[in-house]
Amino acid sequence: MGSLLRIVNGRVYDPANGIDGEVRDVCIRDGRIVADVPPEARRIDARGMVVMPGGIDIHCHIAGTKVNLARKVQPEDHRHDVHLRTRFTRSGTGGSVPSTFATGYRYAALGYTTAMEAAVTPLGARSTLEELNDTPVLDKGFFVLMGNNVLLFKLLQEGRMEEFRHVLAWWLSVTRAYAPKLVNPGGDEAWKGHRNANITELDARIEPFDLTPRQVIAAFIEAANALGLPHPVHIHCNNLGHSGNFETTLETMRIAEGRRAHITHIQFHSYGSVAGKSRDNPTSRARDIAEFVNTHPNISADVGAVMFGRSTSMTADAPLAYMLRRFGGHKWVNADTEMESGCGIVPFTYQDRIYTNALQWAIGLELFLRSEDPWRMVFSTDHPNGGTFMTYPALIRLLMDKEYRKEQMAHVNQDALDHSGLRECMDREYSLYEIAIITRAGPARLLGLANKGHLGVGADADVTVYEDAADKEAMFAAPRYLVKDGNLVIEDHEFRVDHVGRLLHVEPEFDSSIAQVIEPFFEDYYSIRFANYPVHERYLHQHELVPMARP
Amino acid sequence: MSLEFTQHTVPTVPIEAETLSVSSLDGLTAAAAAKLTVVHGNRAAEVGDFFDVAGAPDGEVHISGDLSRVKHVGADMSSGRLVVHGPAGMHLGTRMTGGEIVVEGDASDWVGSEMAGGRIIIRGNAGHLVGSAMRGERVGMRGGEILVFGSAGNEVGAGMRRGLVAVGGDIGDFTGVNMLAGTLVVLGRMGARAGAGMRRGTIVAMHPAELLPTFTYAATYRPVFLRLYLAHLRALGLPISDAHMAGPYRRWCGDAIELNRGEVLLLDTAAGPST
Repeated sequence: MGSLLRIVNGRVYDPANGIDGEVRDVCIRDGRIVADVPPEARRIDARGMVVMPGGIDIHCHIAGTKVNLARKVQPEDHRHDVHLRTRFTRSGTGGSVPSTFATGYRYAALGYTTAMEAAVTPLGARSTLEELNDTPVLDKGFFVLMGNNVLLFKLLQEGRMEEFRHVLAWWLSVTRAYAPKLVNPGGDEAWKGHRNANITELDARIEPFDLTPRQVIAAFIEAANALGLPHPVHIHCNNLGHSGNFETTLETMRIAEGRRAHITHIQFHSYGSVAGKSRDNPTSRARDIAEFVNTHPNISADVGAVMFGRSTSMTADAPLAYMLRRFGGHKWVNADTEMESGCGIVPFTYQDRIYTNALQWAIGLELFLRSEDPWRMVFSTDHPNGGTFMTYPALIRLLMDKEYRKEQMAHVNQDALDHSGLRECMDREYSLYEIAIITRAGPARLLGLANKGHLGVGADADVTVYEDAADKEAMFAAPRYLVKDGNLVIEDHEFRVDHVGRLLHVEPEFDSSIAQVIEPFFEDYYSIRFANYPVHERYLHQHELVPMARP
Repeated sequence: MSLEFTQHTVPTVPIEAETLSVSSLDGLTAAAAAKLTVVHGNRAAEVGDFFDVAGAPDGEVHISGDLSRVKHVGADMSSGRLVVHGPAGMHLGTRMTGGEIVVEGDASDWVGSEMAGGRIIIRGNAGHLVGSAMRGERVGMRGGEILVFGSAGNEVGAGMRRGLVAVGGDIGDFTGVNMLAGTLVVLGRMGARAGAGMRRGTIVAMHPAELLPTFTYAATYRPVFLRLYLAHLRALGLPISDAHMAGPYRRWCGDAIELNRGEVLLLDTAAGPST
């Protein structure tokens, strides 16, 4: 258990409790925020510093089978970026897909204390849990891929909605997942069936099923809300990256009809279309997308901003990866997880001179700057897809500092800026309060994590202390202190102790007789016996069962 | 007088000795050179733990002993002359940009990997991946020359983009795999799958070789440029015969699964002497 701590004299940004830069004490005891601590408590003088809850990444790719494929395919990244061990921390490798240990430490060194791995195949759950346990400091959970699942498709096409909901709950529970994830629903089936085919319309038939993406999306939103999941369904829309896809995105959000749904890396889904030489070029439709999100409180999104430099496109969207391989121009991986999902990896470099890359960069910024409710349009780069998490400080500076933003805009492809609306929203600058919302309080609320993202009494003692500076990139790149579960993990910018965080998972209720529906399917189609499939408790290590939003 | 390193202790596990390069020894006294750090297994050690050092720097360095467990000798070298008297370890002259390395003996794998300039001469045999890209990288050797008087292993010139590699003896499989450009000359026999995945560049071999089905025969001719290259190699001491100089060569284009702009030139041994 952590020691007694009192952080004094710091300017506290705790949006969930309405605290906006007030100088006040933060007291910590037994890993929790408390109202007061005895005088013998260790005092940390945070004069001139900014105190926030620990950062929460709502969507990143840090563990699991596809992340390992991405590591394997890029040994050159590891050679150029060696993460040395210290007295307290372990060694690793960096690059755009760091090793597990380096991932945990590097997130922590930016002030983050929680991260959600956003795409894990159910069959990959075991190895993901082992990796997450080796990802230090952070609390973490994962979203399990359900949007191209053959058994669920079969139940849906037969209209067995009740069983669909029970099977979904079973799958979340036995894989120890945090939320269901849809990725290009229906697209993998087309890609597996016909070379490089994809599904492009929400009302197109998902061959060979009598089913459309619209029905799949509606069923998941319905079931996830009915189960009372703390984070009711995480959706990667159809047509990611394609010119003109904003209409698919708007249509997907309309399917929710007032129910909760989270649209992820929405930047990649905000493209208009203009006729180009050989094919249609993308343009920005961030205005339409932001306006829809602004006016629909049931919808939330994370941006998935693009930052220039090395990245790795990794996705369960197999047809997308197959398309991207031509732009990568080097090596790529496509893979398939039997009845459950597809997968693709493409090492990629975003370049500011390239029209499409500069446009994506501009759209990401535009979405942030046009958002009227920071609680529902939160921070992400879809690490490592739009850029690695190491670019977060630079992205924060782009949002907070319009002069810096202007300087950066001068370097990028101007044609792309002409086809974006970024120049129209140049006056807006994010405040520290708003940054605290989009990187902390907002993601916590959207994930339904009641003890995270705030500094009220009873909250987890995950606290970051930054030295205030005019250069926000430098400020957010190196917190002076990081407290995790009450332990002073980073002090004076250096690790002082290693720490293992918890797995966050859910166990929605299901009727145990549902096994009779699932088992025959397993015995017919899976490479693994049904009895061996549920992930045993010993894989949970340190964990926290997050309760349902409603009983 | 040159700086002379004489081995007194053969390391039991490999040492990584990037510091043993003319560039990083420049201006150092023998005593200071003996204090330089090398990595011995997973521990830091000093050059003097393994070598006696004598002499003074004048742009030339001699290292004597069994260096087969001494890696990265001459790495990043940009000028001067380094002579190894004895077998050399892995990654000799990796990323080198200038100067000359001579090995009076055999060399291990990765000779001149990703080198950009200068010359490496191996009097004995070399291992695998001479002048190649490091694992995961697309681009190997970017310039300079590597001469191996003996034989060499597999994947020589993998990903090479510019420069010249010449092997006097036989060579293993996958010669010039994924080659982007540059020239590879083999006087002995080539193993299987030469030029697999090559985009541009030239592989010259003096014996018949079985090529992949993605290579197509184009012509039999006497390329003029090749005589210049071979004359250069002859001047450096490689046994280039008059028949090599005269040709003719059978030209194969490939690899058709890539750009198809590469070529493999096989000496037409069936053809009579040139007229």
